[in-house]
Amino acid sequence: MTTILSIRDLRKSYADGFEALKGVSLDIREGEILALLGPNGAGKTTLISTICGITTPTSGSVTVGGHDIQEEFRAARQMIGLVPQEIALEPFEKVMNTVRFSRGLFGKRANDGRIEEVLRKLSLWDKRRNAIKELSGGMKRRVLIAKALAHDPRVLFLDEPTAGVDVELRKDMWEIVAELKAAGVTIILTTHYIEEAEAIADRIGVINKGELLLVEDKAKLMARMGRKQLDVLLTRPISTIPASLARHNLLLGAAGDVLIYTYDTHADRTGITTLLNDVAEAGLVLRDVVTRQSSLEEIFVTLVKGETQ
Amino acid sequence: MNWAAIAAIYRFEMARFFRTLAQSFISPVLSTSLYFVVFGTAIGSRIQEIEGVSYGAFIVPGLIMLSVVMLSISNASFGIYFPKFLGTVYELLSAPVNFIEIVIGYVGAAATKALFVGLVILVTASFFVDLRIEHPFAMAAFLVLTCLSFSLLGFIVGIWASNFEQMSLVPQLVVTPLIFLGGTFYSISMLPPVWQTVTLFNPVVYLISGFRWSFYGLADVPVGLSLLAIAGFTGLCLAVIWWIFRTGWRIRS
Repeated sequence: MTTILSIRDLRKSYADGFEALKGVSLDIREGEILALLGPNGAGKTTLISTICGITTPTSGSVTVGGHDIQEEFRAARQMIGLVPQEIALEPFEKVMNTVRFSRGLFGKRANDGRIEEVLRKLSLWDKRRNAIKELSGGMKRRVLIAKALAHDPRVLFLDEPTAGVDVELRKDMWEIVAELKAAGVTIILTTHYIEEAEAIADRIGVINKGELLLVEDKAKLMARMGRKQLDVLLTRPISTIPASLARHNLLLGAAGDVLIYTYDTHADRTGITTLLNDVAEAGLVLRDVVTRQSSLEEIFVTLVKGETQ
Repeated sequence: MNWAAIAAIYRFEMARFFRTLAQSFISPVLSTSLYFVVFGTAIGSRIQEIEGVSYGAFIVPGLIMLSVVMLSISNASFGIYFPKFLGTVYELLSAPVNFIEIVIGYVGAAATKALFVGLVILVTASFFVDLRIEHPFAMAAFLVLTCLSFSLLGFIVGIWASNFEQMSLVPQLVVTPLIFLGGTFYSISMLPPVWQTVTLFNPVVYLISGFRWSFYGLADVPVGLSLLAIAGFTGLCLAVIWWIFRTGWRIRS
């Protein structure tokens, strides 16, 4: 797959010495959805702002479609659409006009037919003559997306697209993202909702304190770090694990009443049936069994925590 | 040049103007009429002609300048401050436009609005006094240059301002006194010699003097100097804006 956006050793320091980006390097493939996860203040928005031209980088380089964002800013920026985190719209302007403005600003000839397509796709066509202030919060977010799409960008940045929106709208947003991906748009979204990344991303990047901790295919990341755990609760505590259970690599809980079995959900055999047979043969009586899966959230917490320590 | 972007900014800004066209039209007509009723008729009837021109007619160029300068500043400062205030400036900063295109779009629209109001005042004034324009081309040039240069200043004010109070600070505390002390309602020659000299440090004097010359052939300072002053002021504003965009001062972190 070809690289559409290439970031090399990108750094951003502010006058007060704060380093918002500490040498971020990242290649984004054409047509993928990359989710950038990170806690508040991790540098997600700074990274996006720097790529889009809102913030000036201290050092490093970024190319979009092979165009350097500073040397060839026109060619680079024409390829990019940005949906900001905050709803920022002129309240008295009409939906249609504000989207027309965005298209013109990015150097594209007026094309109301194309704008109609975008507005229809985002269910905004009926609202085209409404002033922005008359729209609901969810509709305003759609207008922001329409503005970002008005010039047919090949790369779309969505900065926290579902921050503070209700569940229904969040699902709608995910559908929109899926449709855009189907249309060939490369999408980079930042979020601190892990389920969002889990639901829609192809790859996941974890950023913390201005550093990119990892970038990996979501499926691989989940497989590598997403282990599942089975807790076998016993009616009577034991002091040692019976020798017949040794091959299962069990851990004994501190109180001696729980056997902890870790297994890979993606493996051909989980070994659960054998384990439970062996447990029964060893004469142990089960009180209950509980399974837990380490979610992306736990993986994320582990990574970020590891970084902090 | 990204002409589509310039057109987009210009149209977007003008749309704001057209939304409030009635206000944009009625307000200058009303205020000009009031000036003529108070200064032209009530006070002006007690003032002699100034170098052969009735007082009512004498103040017309100054009145036009007063409105045009104030409106240019407020239009342009509001035009760029509002996106900063709303946060919509992100779009401008991330668009494939350079500062020249941004300035042409915003300043062009602000100047157009001010020009429109200037012409409305001129027409309104013609109903109250006998106007004569000896140098119509010079008059048009002075008017357009004033709209442009003070819109540039307004643009700078809009970028500098971090709240609405600061937006009105420059027009109210700096520009209003300069205009009122710049010979809007009187000829500099009516002042005592010391104040005549002091007044020459007021840049607005050159503007109003040149503009009045284009109407009646009367000037407090040579016309060439007036043109030079306004050209210099325009150049200075452009240089400041160039620096702002080069450094990203107050707009790009």
